Amino acid sequence: MTIDYSSAGHYVLALLPEVVLSGAAMLVLLVDVFQKGSASRPSSRTIPWLAGAGVALAFAANLWLLGLEEAGSAGMMAIDSFRVFSNALFLLAAALFLGMAPRYLEENGMHLGELYALVLFATVGMMVFSGSRDLIVIFLGLELLSVAVYVLTASNRRDVRSAEGGLKYFLLGAFSSAFLLFGVALVYGSTGTVNLARLGVVLADGGGRLVAFGLALLLVGYAFKIAAVPFHMWTPDAYEGAPTPVTAFMAAAVKAAAFASLVRVLLTAFPGLYGTWGQMAFWLAVLTMVTANLIALTQDNVKRLLAYSSIAHAGYLLVAVAAGTDVGAAAFLFYLAVYTLMNVGAFAVMMTVARLGETRLGLDEYRGLAWREPLIAIAMTIFLLSLAGFPLTGGFIGKLYILRAAVERGLLVLAVVLVLTSLLSYWYYLRIAWHMWFQDPEGEGVAPLALPAGVAAVLVACVVGVLATGIFPGALLDLASAGAAALGGPSFGAAGAAAP
Amino acid sequence: MSAGWLLTLLLAIPIAGMVAVVLAPVRLARYVALGTAAVEFLASLPLWFSFAPGVEAFQFESRARWIPEWGISYALGVDGISVLLVLLTTLIMPVTILGSFRYIQRREKTFYATMLLLETAVIGVFVALDVFLFFVFWELVLVPMYLIIGVWGGERRVYAAIKFFLFTAAGSLLMLVGILYLFFKYQALTGAPSFAYVDLLQVPLTLKEQLWLFGAFALAFAIKVPLFPLHTWLPDAHVEAPTPGSVILAAVLLKMGTYGFVRFLLPFFPLAATHPDVVSTLMVLGVAGILYAAWVAAVQPDAKKLIAYTSVAHMGFVVIGVFALTATGLKGAMIVMLSHGVSTGALFLLMGMLYERRHSRLIEAYGGLAAVTPMLATAFVITALASIGLPGTSGFVGEFLALLGTFETHPWVAIVATLGVVFAAYYMLPMVQRIFFNRVDQPENERLPDLSPREGLVLAPLLVVMIWMGVQPGPFLRRMETSVEAVVERVQRQALGAPITAAPGAPVPVAAADLAYPAPRGAE
Repeated sequence: MTIDYSSAGHYVLALLPEVVLSGAAMLVLLVDVFQKGSASRPSSRTIPWLAGAGVALAFAANLWLLGLEEAGSAGMMAIDSFRVFSNALFLLAAALFLGMAPRYLEENGMHLGELYALVLFATVGMMVFSGSRDLIVIFLGLELLSVAVYVLTASNRRDVRSAEGGLKYFLLGAFSSAFLLFGVALVYGSTGTVNLARLGVVLADGGGRLVAFGLALLLVGYAFKIAAVPFHMWTPDAYEGAPTPVTAFMAAAVKAAAFASLVRVLLTAFPGLYGTWGQMAFWLAVLTMVTANLIALTQDNVKRLLAYSSIAHAGYLLVAVAAGTDVGAAAFLFYLAVYTLMNVGAFAVMMTVARLGETRLGLDEYRGLAWREPLIAIAMTIFLLSLAGFPLTGGFIGKLYILRAAVERGLLVLAVVLVLTSLLSYWYYLRIAWHMWFQDPEGEGVAPLALPAGVAAVLVACVVGVLATGIFPGALLDLASAGAAALGGPSFGAAGAAAP
Repeated sequence: MSAGWLLTLLLAIPIAGMVAVVLAPVRLARYVALGTAAVEFLASLPLWFSFAPGVEAFQFESRARWIPEWGISYALGVDGISVLLVLLTTLIMPVTILGSFRYIQRREKTFYATMLLLETAVIGVFVALDVFLFFVFWELVLVPMYLIIGVWGGERRVYAAIKFFLFTAAGSLLMLVGILYLFFKYQALTGAPSFAYVDLLQVPLTLKEQLWLFGAFALAFAIKVPLFPLHTWLPDAHVEAPTPGSVILAAVLLKMGTYGFVRFLLPFFPLAATHPDVVSTLMVLGVAGILYAAWVAAVQPDAKKLIAYTSVAHMGFVVIGVFALTATGLKGAMIVMLSHGVSTGALFLLMGMLYERRHSRLIEAYGGLAAVTPMLATAFVITALASIGLPGTSGFVGEFLALLGTFETHPWVAIVATLGVVFAAYYMLPMVQRIFFNRVDQPENERLPDLSPREGLVLAPLLVVMIWMGVQPGPFLRRMETSVEAVVERVQRQALGAPITAAPGAPVPVAAADLAYPAPRGAE
């Protein structure tokens, strides 16, 4: 059917996944409140299942969106395959969180059913954030997402690192929201519209200085959210302090949402100002790739190492953004999907190795893991190879796709920096690998690692996903390019690939 | 006439064996692995018997779509250049696995599974006819080798494994950039994406482009070969690796680099490959490698390290033979590759056998073993003589042809390199003398056991091949002849005649079925 917003019902239909998920979140809150009775009683085991059902329903509603048609392409909520693709990623990340979290929260004494509701609300925020074509609604989505994630970060009340990370994230996040909002105000002030499609028409031939300034502020706001250097200062602390399932969720989904929204805004509203934002994205990408990879080289704490690694991956994604083409957007979507799988997988292994209370984060804990827990070590090795961009894993195809987008746009410098920094990253990924494989396990008395069914399912899903996208990427490639085509970025096909 | 599924079968057997090894009980793992490698060898025999020597095109071809969005296909095939290297791999593998029964005592399942994975990866490198597929196998080789060095190696194994990995990976990434450049260039010209070897071969390139791309590819291959002065990872890797690791590394993995020279550098970038500056640089480095390695080997107290340095010297002969750009030189280089694979592989196996008996790699720990272990001594002497190139052994044929071919175009290089043959005797023979002759001056050496039947079985095939290639090199030369001449002719034609950019209608999209290699002769 065609959605033209002629009646209120159309709004509900266009927002069906968000509506379903919000309903599920409120249901989770209510159930938790009524069955809890007292604060010390653990939340019911049914809560994660309830949340999971909500995610599954939202996923179905999201697929149902594909059958809808939009009247025009200026509606407040986009109904296109880019939105469906990115929504699917957020829901995937939420599902992976639900697999990782229950046992972890229980063992660490965090009997907080409301965390599940917060994750669902954050996911709704992401879906609005990246699916909207209206700068004000985008801001609303961002705030819904951010507030929920601030709380999630600081949710381990017994751990001072969690409180510290949450506070830092909150303060810097508030700043970044302000930047973003100021940017929106400037753009609105000089064009008189906040609709992305209309902005695209008005600014087709570039805008005045005020628009450029607004765009720059907008980008700064986004750069905080995607943790691009030099706006990344909060990231290592927040990632280290947050409970690991939350960290994995943040590193995958929150970053993905900010990136997806950024790509939509840039390609829909500001293609005429590529000269401005292309340059900014270029330098952000270079700085992010170089700095994050260099700092990661010296990390001995695996959680922090993975935090820097995910900043580095933001740099690779920025290369795709800087390309600013349809191929760039497709490469971006593909990489985002693979990145979600391999990053969550690595965090899940890290969480398992860290055991109770997250005390075992050092590289030394990985000594001889391959001989104590071969399956976990093999899974981790696959994630590390994929993060490093090794053939037969999704990470390789993804990086190749990004390189292709960069070279087609003539951004050879970015391509070379990407390759060289990937080489740097081999070192720190290999460090974990050699601790796992080349060292002998310490002592005989090490208790075997506990691997709850949920975490095991997450690991299996991530391994299968990383290998499948690496060996048979065809289906995902098609989906990604269909999603990117919906944005209508400029195309630099074969003709653009001429020699430099 | 040739079955296309054979090469796929060769890639699949080790993987199936790997699964079987993982599932089998620990004490059977070694036999499952040996059985797999033996079956693999038997399965590869049609490559020797059914390979048609006079045919220029690829044989045993198969092709399937893999990632059609990017023009990536699963394309396999062999020609005279690769067929013998595949056979070398399938021959060395069972021998090496049989040779590791005593050396590998811990984590056996993982070890044998890793070895079989390595076999698939190496064969894949030699048979891939899609550049993307080639790169995938090229990188895949790194992982099992990294584990073999790092898990079962000596004291400094972590250092050696990481050095090996990072050196090779650095080169590979540059090659990847080069491959992508060719890909984009092809796409820009024809509008269709393709990674097929024969398609990318058609991409017209200016001299400047060729020089840059030659640099990117050559660095990746030169690190693997290894060409002086990029060889520093090799002694570490060889010395720290367990015996089977050293054998595979020397016998097969180094050949990936020289194979890359012949398969990619010469046909893809003929203008760069014949550029006087490039050729003289590579010639000088090749000769420097021969002389430097000989010099360093001569003073090594550690026999394993000495053998490692001989690899650098032998690979120097390959490099000058290849870049002499004559059919004779290239054939010689190919024979040196095979001969080095067999003889150096055997030397490492023998060294491993000595180490298992005496637990020392130092030359001075031995002495007078000829009297104690006569059969071991005989095998060692024959292998050492093959390694230094005594007439009647494989080493002589290869080095002689390589030098002869070099003499045609670069007489002075050949003359200086010939000194390397003399030096080879100078470092190898004293080692043989100090280990096997002299007096038995250490009581531990008085009652070492001679070769066991298993060890005899390990060495026999290698010794047979060494002598066979030395006495009757014809069957080997005949199989490579057509392909080698085609490469040389292609290079000469494009370097001397019209530059490839001026060829009429150069960017011709090639039909998937048309795998003639190189460009049909009628194209001129």
